[in-house]
Amino acid sequence: MNGDQAMRLHAASLPAPEFTERSWVTPRPLAEATVAIVTSAALHTPEDEAFGAGDTGFRFIASDRRDLVLGHWSPNFDRVGVAADLNVVYPIDRLEELAERGVIGRVAARHVSFAGNQPDDLATVRLDTGPAAAAALRADGVDVVLLTPV
Amino acid sequence: MSVLAHVFEAAGIATVVLSSIRAMAEKVAPPRALHCEFPLGRPLGRPGDAAFQHDVLATAFALLDAPSGPVLTDYPEVIEAGGDEPVACALPPRFDPSLPPAVDEARGLRKAYDRALARRGVTSVGRVISADEVPNALAVLDAIAKGADWTEAGIPGGNTTAVCHDIRTYYEEAALELVDGPTPGGRAIEDWYFERTEAGATVLAARAAIREAGAKFPIWFYMTPGQR
Repeated sequence: MNGDQAMRLHAASLPAPEFTERSWVTPRPLAEATVAIVTSAALHTPEDEAFGAGDTGFRFIASDRRDLVLGHWSPNFDRVGVAADLNVVYPIDRLEELAERGVIGRVAARHVSFAGNQPDDLATVRLDTGPAAAAALRADGVDVVLLTPV
Repeated sequence: MSVLAHVFEAAGIATVVLSSIRAMAEKVAPPRALHCEFPLGRPLGRPGDAAFQHDVLATAFALLDAPSGPVLTDYPEVIEAGGDEPVACALPPRFDPSLPPAVDEARGLRKAYDRALARRGVTSVGRVISADEVPNALAVLDAIAKGADWTEAGIPGGNTTAVCHDIRTYYEEAALELVDGPTPGGRAIEDWYFERTEAGATVLAARAAIREAGAKFPIWFYMTPGQR
């Protein structure tokens, strides 16, 4: 069994939070929408505060930054892909190209990075830092978020 | 990610998740998810392949047209992470036989690491040690592997997980400068690091020694991927 198979098997056995109230947003047409990336790769700029183990906070990433550090604490995933091409985790150049082609309206001015290795109950992310990040992007005029996991 | 999708949707933002673990997407049921059976750590699938990444994005954004949810569909192509041979990556010849092999090896990789840093302009080495400190960190782990008390060995930064992250990242970033052709498959450089390099062997041996010394689980377990 390789590492990915082991991780997927392990994750399938973990308890998952339930959402009894589920929201559904009908977005404006994609060609008019402002799109942001939210990743759980714990990416951050070198001058930003590094992620700690079990860090439930988030960092903003300005749209023009490509010099990002991988701050994730888990050793259980491939890190070479993102070292070779940031877009395989954080497809910022692809979004810029989609905006140039008119497929999306525009790329958000900033994006959000969380750390994927979280305490099991995810309470802080659900009730505190997640809503704070969402409110900030909403205030920025973001219509659509693409979530990329690590 | 699926949890955050619910949170962002509740704030009035439409979301699309690129799922990497289907069982979790099924349980949490975010509004829209495209499951991508790609190597973990590569949610867009293929580094350096813009056309492929655009196809993933187009498939994901098409879910925004669904009238109701939750929607969970599968990207039609699977990319396996395992099965590759460890990447063929040249290692430096032994230079100073007075040093532990891993220390000598790490010193020999420094130019490749520096080329990687110059090309990318950023490094993910530095959680607790810099590239300059990698050889010394390996010397400490080598001593632990040979019987030194890990609690008194002076683990740089005092954090086994973090120092092993920095050593492995130093090797991985250097390796990208030493392999030809497209970016190796998921896990191929991890296999090279743990199965071909002196550093990987040293980390594994130090981890075993720390475990056998009765250290708490998180102290030794996260020094390497779990299956190691």
